[in-house]
Amino acid sequence: MIALLVALVVIPGTAGDLLNSAGMKRHGEINDWSPSGLLKLCWDLVRNPLIMGGIPAMAVSFFALMALLSATDLSFAVPMTAASYVLETGLAKYMLKEQVDWRRWTGTVLVAVGVALLSM
Amino acid sequence: MSEPKVSVQKQPEAKQHEVIVKTVVASVVVVATNVVGNYALSRGMHEVGVVESWSPMAYIHTFTHPWVAVGVVFMVAWLGSRLALLSWADLSYVVPVTSFSYVLSAVVAVIYLREHVSALRWAGIAVITVGVALVALTYPETPELYHEAPVEGEEVRE
Repeated sequence: MIALLVALVVIPGTAGDLLNSAGMKRHGEINDWSPSGLLKLCWDLVRNPLIMGGIPAMAVSFFALMALLSATDLSFAVPMTAASYVLETGLAKYMLKEQVDWRRWTGTVLVAVGVALLSM
Repeated sequence: MSEPKVSVQKQPEAKQHEVIVKTVVASVVVVATNVVGNYALSRGMHEVGVVESWSPMAYIHTFTHPWVAVGVVFMVAWLGSRLALLSWADLSYVVPVTSFSYVLSAVVAVIYLREHVSALRWAGIAVITVGVALVALTYPETPELYHEAPVEGEEVRE
């Protein structure tokens, strides 16, 4: 049960981030911050299949985290999600073709370790 | 010719400066909305108490609690600002940098909730801060991937 919840936090959370990132890159850099520009942006995103897949995936991850937190300790649940940072960075490099240099790798690992320490 | 045609194209300096300024502003908004949203949600949920019902009305009712409502508004703002940031910044930049919200949340807990912070947690705060600083030193986007410079090198080379 706990393992299933961890999987439901990490896998949809990571997939959601990858989909959202790919979807926003496909949309292109946002430069129009006027109300009408943002309204048009919302309309574009509703029709963007990557974003429409990414947001529900993140919602699944969020509710699974809530369930995990009510079933286990914070000190177990949070390091699990922190480990997914490293996974996401690896997938961003290989699937999204991002340039991940040593500073990003080291920084991401430090952040994951720090988040785990915080929850202890 | 084995050299890819445009994949190392550099952005002009003014554009780079604009990207950095936008990234800092958006990152601050993402972190701030996350901290405020989490604080409001957790405070609201504590006041509402555990929802032990499968009735959707019980859940809809929790949203009418002022702290929960404020929390939801800030979480929507968090999602929107994070998507905006991802429209130009790399995921491998956004994920570590915006986790600075963990540090701010801990600071908020100390100042407003008077929670005790152990030496281990202070160490965690320090380690996250160093990690965020290291990633923040990198340029936020992989320019040749997405903007103005379609990488067509591979096809051209065939």
